[in-house]
Amino acid sequence: MLSWMAWTWPTALVFIGIFSAMAVLTALEIRYPGGAERRGIFGLVTTRGDRLFMSLLGAVYIFLAWLGLFGLPLWAPLFLSVAWGAFCFWKV
Amino acid sequence: MKVENQKAWYFVMPVLLLVAFNALIPMMTVVNYSVQETFGDNLFFWQGLDWFEKLLRSERFHAALGRQFLFTGTILAIEVPLGVIIALAMPRKGFWVPVCLVTMALPMLIPWNVVGAMWNIFTLPDIGLLGYVMNHTLGINYNMTQDPLAAWITIIVMDVWHWTSLVALLSYAGLVSIPDAYYQAAKIDGASAWSVFRFIQLPKMKQVLIIAVLLRFMDSFNIYTEPFVLTGGGPGNSTTLLSIDLEKMALGQFDLGPAAAMSLIYFAITLLASWLFYTLMTRNN
Repeated sequence: MLSWMAWTWPTALVFIGIFSAMAVLTALEIRYPGGAERRGIFGLVTTRGDRLFMSLLGAVYIFLAWLGLFGLPLWAPLFLSVAWGAFCFWKV
Repeated sequence: MKVENQKAWYFVMPVLLLVAFNALIPMMTVVNYSVQETFGDNLFFWQGLDWFEKLLRSERFHAALGRQFLFTGTILAIEVPLGVIIALAMPRKGFWVPVCLVTMALPMLIPWNVVGAMWNIFTLPDIGLLGYVMNHTLGINYNMTQDPLAAWITIIVMDVWHWTSLVALLSYAGLVSIPDAYYQAAKIDGASAWSVFRFIQLPKMKQVLIIAVLLRFMDSFNIYTEPFVLTGGGPGNSTTLLSIDLEKMALGQFDLGPAAAMSLIYFAITLLASWLFYTLMTRNN
């Protein structure tokens, strides 16, 4: 039934990761409502969801930039993306 | 902590389902395509991130992206100030208000492919009204089917004709919502026309202008039909904008993998630009 979607394990894992992150945020929101809103280092008012969005979008650009400039392997951008995500949740 | 009523979520469910089927699932499929190669028959071969790497280094992609930014930048630089000026010049009350509003709305009611076809016939050098007058009456050499500059001017003028109304109507809606008291206060203080615009009208129009610029950015960045019908991306590749290039790759060459990778990069650019613009403009509210 799903063969037309041409699933592969790596892409499935990416989506499982994104949806799990959203599930965790939903659980957090039910436990601690209000989205942990604050004004961060860039002067932006962000909630948990905003921070996840910025982490993911930033990661996309980090990977694309590395792939375009240096190519494989992608361990360095992976590390940079995790660092960027941590920075987003910590300071932004 | 106050317990809030969560029933509203059920009312959002139909929309969520609709978005899941018409956007999310196709989007996931595109992600799957972007790491594989296919020759049809639902047979796929793992390709890793090759398509992304090739695309990011491809001259063709860089050129299409450059053209896309040039197009979007140019039409925004023309349509936004022009729309605001038209809105300022429109009457606020009386007989001419509906006349102006309907006239302004007309171009936006025309389907995109019809706009392209209209402008194609209008500007053809030997049979179109504009093309004929330019070439045979005014003696200006104008041929949008052969000269890249003429083709560019034509698609930009077409977009300005089609979409300036949107900026104008949104700005007008912002303008008419300003209470008279602001203007009276400005008059008492002896404010110049420029000060009235800068400190009363522009701040009051800010919200609608943000929406107008955002809509025009997204629509022009994703534009396909009008330039495709008008110039077909030519002459040569001179007006091959991103979406036209994408269509050539996906349907013309049936390179689904590279086309999927290109769609994702395209999507990431639109998403970042829209998010940055909106976030920065609404930061201090």
